[in-house]
Amino acid sequence: MKTAAPTNVHLVLRVNGEEQQVSFAPYKTLLEVLREDMNLTGTKHGCELGECGACAVLVEGVPVLSCLALALDCEGRAIETVEGLASGGKLHPLQAAFADLGGAQCGYCTPGILMTAKALLEREPNPSRERIKEAISGNLCRCTGYQQIYESIEEAARTIQQGSKR
Amino acid sequence: MTKRFDVIGKPRRRVDGRAKVTGLTRFADDVMLPRMLHCKLLRSAHPHATIESIDVSRAQARPGVHLVLTGKDFPVTFGILPVTQDEYPLAPERVRYVGEPVAAIIARDEQTAFEALDLIDVQYRPLKTISDPKEALATPEPRIHSYGEQGNIHRLQALEFGDVNEALARADHVFEDLFFYEGNTHLPIEQHASVAAVDGEGKLTLWSSTQVPHYIHRALANALQIPPAHVRVIACPNGGGFGGKCDLHNHEIVVSKAAILLGRPVKICLTREEVFYMHRGRHPVLMRMRTGVTKDGKITGMHTQTLLDGGAYGGYGAASTFYTGVLQTVTYEIPRYKFDACRTFTNKPPCGPKRGHGTPQPRFGQEVQLDRIAEKLEIDPAELRLSIVAKPNTLTANWLKIGTIGLAECIRKVVASSDWKNKFRKLPEGRGVGLACGAYLCGAGLPIYWNKMPQSGVQLLIDRSGQVTVFCGATEIGQGSDDVLAAIVAEVLGIDAYDVRCVTGDTGLTPVDLGSYSSRVTVMMGNAAIQAAERLRELIARAAAEHMETLPENVGFAQGRVFRADDPGKPMSFREAIVLAEEKFGTLGSVGSYSPPRAPGRYKGAGVGPSPAYSYTACVVEAEVDRNTGWITVPKVWIAHDIGRAVNPVSARGQVEGSVYMGLGEALMEEQVFRRLPPKLSNALVHKIPSLLEYKSLTSLDMPEVFTELVEDPDPNCPFGAKEVGQGPLLPVMPAVANAVYDAIGVRIDELPITPDKVLAALEKKAKGETPRVGPESFPDVPYPEPMLVPPPWEGGDGNSVNTPRRRPVKKEALA
Repeated sequence: MKTAAPTNVHLVLRVNGEEQQVSFAPYKTLLEVLREDMNLTGTKHGCELGECGACAVLVEGVPVLSCLALALDCEGRAIETVEGLASGGKLHPLQAAFADLGGAQCGYCTPGILMTAKALLEREPNPSRERIKEAISGNLCRCTGYQQIYESIEEAARTIQQGSKR
Repeated sequence: MTKRFDVIGKPRRRVDGRAKVTGLTRFADDVMLPRMLHCKLLRSAHPHATIESIDVSRAQARPGVHLVLTGKDFPVTFGILPVTQDEYPLAPERVRYVGEPVAAIIARDEQTAFEALDLIDVQYRPLKTISDPKEALATPEPRIHSYGEQGNIHRLQALEFGDVNEALARADHVFEDLFFYEGNTHLPIEQHASVAAVDGEGKLTLWSSTQVPHYIHRALANALQIPPAHVRVIACPNGGGFGGKCDLHNHEIVVSKAAILLGRPVKICLTREEVFYMHRGRHPVLMRMRTGVTKDGKITGMHTQTLLDGGAYGGYGAASTFYTGVLQTVTYEIPRYKFDACRTFTNKPPCGPKRGHGTPQPRFGQEVQLDRIAEKLEIDPAELRLSIVAKPNTLTANWLKIGTIGLAECIRKVVASSDWKNKFRKLPEGRGVGLACGAYLCGAGLPIYWNKMPQSGVQLLIDRSGQVTVFCGATEIGQGSDDVLAAIVAEVLGIDAYDVRCVTGDTGLTPVDLGSYSSRVTVMMGNAAIQAAERLRELIARAAAEHMETLPENVGFAQGRVFRADDPGKPMSFREAIVLAEEKFGTLGSVGSYSPPRAPGRYKGAGVGPSPAYSYTACVVEAEVDRNTGWITVPKVWIAHDIGRAVNPVSARGQVEGSVYMGLGEALMEEQVFRRLPPKLSNALVHKIPSLLEYKSLTSLDMPEVFTELVEDPDPNCPFGAKEVGQGPLLPVMPAVANAVYDAIGVRIDELPITPDKVLAALEKKAKGETPRVGPESFPDVPYPEPMLVPPPWEGGDGNSVNTPRRRPVKKEALA
């Protein structure tokens, strides 16, 4: 039986604005490469089948389920993960709001929801409650019942808007 | 209590909030160690079979495979309860459900391990499979286990508190109803993961997604036959638990053994499908409830019978069996109560504790039946409940001690906020409201293994830097236990919660706490934390008093300052006070511990049900039912929870709303169900829907608005009066949905989940003039034993039984 491991690919991934050389088996998903080869364990997994949304990251600003994306396909594209949300020690308004208002309970679905919400607010700075519900409908959360997540996103939207007015 | 609090009761960012939003919380699968290997389990595709042979030679020869383990490597059985040591880490000669692990591959990476699974050859000889309790009762042979009551009955219980038949005979009305509650599963978004490693001293460390590190520590040491002192279990913060991470799981033992044998770290992370098959979730329960009432709605007596589908192993099932009956009495005045329960083995993944552990099922039945009673007696369901709410500081018929009870206030609140009086039976056809209540433990009174030691311990260290570190075995599963711990210590010491460092859930470092289950953490850990913090404060006060030339009793602590209470204008900083105390007493530390009060019941079985306090909840659900599709939409839920006191109202509200969410899932869509493959395809009982896509749960688009109110009636047994909030608010949701559906379209769905097909079937019956009901039609003949007779407190009892019922034998023919 043939058992040779597939030859690794070597390429540069641009994650959170930093370019990094990575070497990995070509079948690996973006999720696996982020977590296992780049030690970016902030991105989570709940199914590896594209069903729960826990692994959502942004690729060129668009939420992508990293468990369904081949890392190979992401070469040269801008990838954003939860690790890149804060600027230095300062939390992103979404992070601050989720922490303050109960948007994160166990915190496991949180990175995926934060990234999805970031994409939403960049597209629509002042989304309605209905738009928020639609945007995160692919992210399952078993803890919160979603209400405090909506409120966190709304609070972050207000903070960002106030910040940009200043 | 007039004292104002600085930390308790204030809405705050939880102390671990920042870690959770930055991706820094380290869950078990985030633990990556040098030289780490990866484990995969081969699981049985047969629901019931003997293993004729296992050949692992091809797998062993595969490059990259370091170790293959099978049942012969694990001679010792395990089980989370001392009374049910019925599982093997890897099944040696017999499998009892699809998904039971039979072999393990440890390889250089997950992919290699996964591929090597196919190289293991297992020969099975299929046995007759048992799919549900009725089949289990009718099929005493082959026995799934050689232990248990008889045949395929795992447990039988029968308890009678006063003569219930007599109580029903003198009732004006007796209601008898059958209900069925389908099983469902926890579905934490985090799949279970574990990493085991041997440290430099040759001792084992296990990082795991577990809610109960102490129990795992004990059981793991026993399963591996190594001294507990050489085992350290670290409960990583759980990505949701809900009861699904309370058992010692096969994979935890397997990776531990592999790490010991290989001298290298070994990790496993289950796939989502494996999590479904591992289960340990809500038992499917068939129920018969007989309740006698007077014409003005007072209950004269109640008889609850339950039949549980336990799945293939014991697990927590002995406790679950009791919980399908024992808490029926703490909500309303029930002068006489009888409870029969039976748990059967079936060839399905084992059931166990899920949020509410055994109590949501009978609660559903009780609250739907009360809705029927109210209608028959022409009393408003809210008024009926208000007139029978249990009284504070009383004993129940089954000798449970109720302390504070804020239920009446909860009912009044949801009646007002939901505009109940203008909606009930008044909304247009197709729309309706339903009301229900619930009650839950604030911690199980007894640990799962018999001992007289504390159930929670807290240790405090404090040094001249002003740093306060609190150690406790309690486990953060998302509910905010670290935040409760920090808040309580901070409140007592007069400092900021964020100045307290929490070290929790690590059996190598932290004092024993029994774990995050039975809603015990706030009360038990909280009381231990108060004791530890007060002891430390006493030392600091004595040192500061000397310096301030006053008495220790006159030293105040608040907002990071220590001051003379009679002259607060000249405070010293908390840190300055610590230095004084360290000068006077040497290195500073303290411990605190907590044991619940002894319960008054003395009969055998009285250990399940007692709690230091009970929480109460009332809920109104509004429902819209589409008569053409049977689809139920819930636009809004109003819920009020008697929490005693909210330690952090942000987290408390989150627990209530999360409970509503999970309750609506159980009411409307979630079900852990199995189907039998055709005989030519093995006849196996396989999970119908082992994926997150097909196992339906509410998404953000389905979740209604929830209006949450907290009723704060501080309970003297609880820290700062704080009761539980993690489980109780789930309980009334399911029956409130069922009652709302009845109000909307006049049909009774006595079976959960209430899916559109059942609604349509009931509407069809209604249209034909038949009884507009869908639910169980019969209750099988269960060989419940003679009941143990325990007179209730008001009938002269002392909490002991007055008979010694013969439990066995029941003749085998009775089962046929």
